[in-house]
Amino acid sequence: MSKHDDALRGGPVDGGWNRRTLLKTFGAGAVALAGAPLLSACTGGAAPSSGGGSTTVSFGSGSSDEVPKNAYKAVTDAFEKKSGIAVTTNVVPHNDFQNKINTYLQGSPDDSFTWFAGYRMQYYADKGLLAPIDDVWEKIGGNYSDALKKASMGSDGKMYLVPNYNYPWGFFYRKSLWAEKGYEVPVTFDELTTLSKKMQSDGLIPIEFADKDGWPAMGTFDYLNMRLNGYQFHMDLTAHKESWDQPKVTSVFDSWRELLPFQNPNALGMTWQDSAKNLGDKKSGMYLLGSFLTQQYTDKAVSDDIDFFPFPEMAMEGQDAIEAPIDGLLLSKKGGENSGARDFLAFLGTPEGQDAYAAVDSANIATAKGADTSAFTPLNKKMADAISNAKSISQFFDRDALPAMANNVMIPALQSFIKDGNVDVKNLEAQAKSLYAAQ
Amino acid sequence: MNAASGTKTRGARSAQRAPRGRVRRLSGRDKWVLGFMVGVPTLIQLVLVWIPTLLSMALSFTRWNGLSLSDIKPAGLDNYRFIANDYPPFWPAVQHNVLWLVFLALIATPLGLLLAILLDQNIRGTKIYQSIFFTPVMLSLALIGVIWQLFYNRDNGLLNFLLGTAGTPQATDWFGDSNINIWAALVAATWRHAGYVMILYLAGLKGVDPTLREAASIDGANAVQTFFRVVFPAMRPVNIIIIVITVIESLRAFDIVYVINRGTNGLELISALVIQNLVGEGQVIGVGSALAVILLVISLVPITFYLSRAFGKEKES
Repeated sequence: MSKHDDALRGGPVDGGWNRRTLLKTFGAGAVALAGAPLLSACTGGAAPSSGGGSTTVSFGSGSSDEVPKNAYKAVTDAFEKKSGIAVTTNVVPHNDFQNKINTYLQGSPDDSFTWFAGYRMQYYADKGLLAPIDDVWEKIGGNYSDALKKASMGSDGKMYLVPNYNYPWGFFYRKSLWAEKGYEVPVTFDELTTLSKKMQSDGLIPIEFADKDGWPAMGTFDYLNMRLNGYQFHMDLTAHKESWDQPKVTSVFDSWRELLPFQNPNALGMTWQDSAKNLGDKKSGMYLLGSFLTQQYTDKAVSDDIDFFPFPEMAMEGQDAIEAPIDGLLLSKKGGENSGARDFLAFLGTPEGQDAYAAVDSANIATAKGADTSAFTPLNKKMADAISNAKSISQFFDRDALPAMANNVMIPALQSFIKDGNVDVKNLEAQAKSLYAAQ
Repeated sequence: MNAASGTKTRGARSAQRAPRGRVRRLSGRDKWVLGFMVGVPTLIQLVLVWIPTLLSMALSFTRWNGLSLSDIKPAGLDNYRFIANDYPPFWPAVQHNVLWLVFLALIATPLGLLLAILLDQNIRGTKIYQSIFFTPVMLSLALIGVIWQLFYNRDNGLLNFLLGTAGTPQATDWFGDSNINIWAALVAATWRHAGYVMILYLAGLKGVDPTLREAASIDGANAVQTFFRVVFPAMRPVNIIIIVITVIESLRAFDIVYVINRGTNGLELISALVIQNLVGEGQVIGVGSALAVILLVISLVPITFYLSRAFGKEKES
């Protein structure tokens, strides 16, 4: 499962569900109500240390997979060695971590914890559950680009996140196939459709596409929206400061309708892994997805043959905006009183801290300037450049928007759009209104 | 159960004869034990079933972000209005639940009955067949997902391979085509449900007094007549259970669509919508609770039917 998949939803895929779940849900709301302190006690683990000048820091990590877990271990080890402050890490399976974040933050959270940029960070910041870290950013601000800084900011203009790594979304393709057929990287939308037509006449599926799981299509929506209406409109729309029922949104779907004939017509029955296979087998020309795609190619001959280009420009801002979800660390409200925790976050914001992480987990791209790039493959380097040249970084629809909007509204809406090219923006607005009002 | 109800009726009768007589016979210790035995299950029932249900109902009339209690705002019927008017997956979900019920009732349940009858004839290896048909009921959700993926996968699946269309553009997209995937899911549901029904009917068939069959054959009834006129009516208690199980299974149908695509794109079911709205990050507590209440109200119909039948029968005896 991809990071996005994990980000978007809970554990069901892992088979943790059974029929009893249904019965439980009758009372789920009630359990959330009555058992809030109880649940958070389960998620937390060790009690957080508090008070200034503490020599221990607790760190809640949702990075439970083997590689990232070890990578964060390397970071905490390096920090302990450097500062003499002991870090207690509580690793929680990532789906649980994300699903229980509400109760976690209200109960006894760790001083620092893994999270990501976007709406949900800003949301908890607005609710006063996070500690601002402007002082940390004074130390590490120079290590980050403006786009990363913008993404780490809460809606109150204060800083909350220290970015660790990110991974860009863009078009991936096989160099050898393109060289053989003489295709060239499209820079404009028209070039993209022309290229797609050519690929179609060559018997290829021009744009690989999979949306059985619902979330991958959001990437196409985001890019079309940002290229047509700009980065700020994407942010305002996902925060529901803009209405869905307006020509700007309709135009996104109109443009998408031009692309639909070139996207894999069987997308609704396919997972991104199926699509990755098609691209690897040279059955399709290109694939718009996050860079986690490359993890699918275990054959080095194939993985070395993969290249990347950013989404072509359309009406606005050229190719300035890039979709590159950022993962990093936040400080809980309690953790804000622990100066050691601030030091820990500051450490992660240095090239030294990020190198310690990247030495173990090389699938992602370190965000701090000056981080060691010598081990980068040419593809990684290209993606890193694309991110550092970007003027604004979006976080993907499910991180920028209210999760319920992404999960409950956009997935069915986009799937039905893919099916027959119809979308009811009035209904999208009606649903958005109701869901955002509940927050 | 029978013994208990027997005592009850006897007790009731004696109570009629000598009012308050029964009460006097209980010592203080008896009262304590009785209170304990009634109290504990009641408490468990209250904490695990009734309180959550009532809170869920209450929450369905509110908007809440799940953070602090002071954020709960009354919303009146807004959540229900939202579900009925603005929530596109809801009505398809209701239709699919009805389709599910019809399919289980007309195809899966009779299939289970047929299997039970076949296996009830003393054929060789009947235990093995029983185990095979019952296995799906015991499998975990993840395994079911894997198994049906192997069958239905568009490019590599067994089904398209047998049809000779695997890997070609004509291949049927069993999971992705929203006109077809509900039927694919129903076949998978039948695969589970039939095994379940089979086991219940096997037990039922074993419980039918063999002298009934003998009497029927002496009267000159053929096998079909014997079954439908004599054996099937004799299994009335099992039949009622099967009806209720079929209805409840179709209402709580969830796992199979969830492993396919989490209940979207043609596979919407009310239960899947409840999960989507109550669990995880897409949590909208008000709407999710309202959906749960709707499902509860629908479920109450067969449950009430079952209970009234069950208690009605006890009274008769």
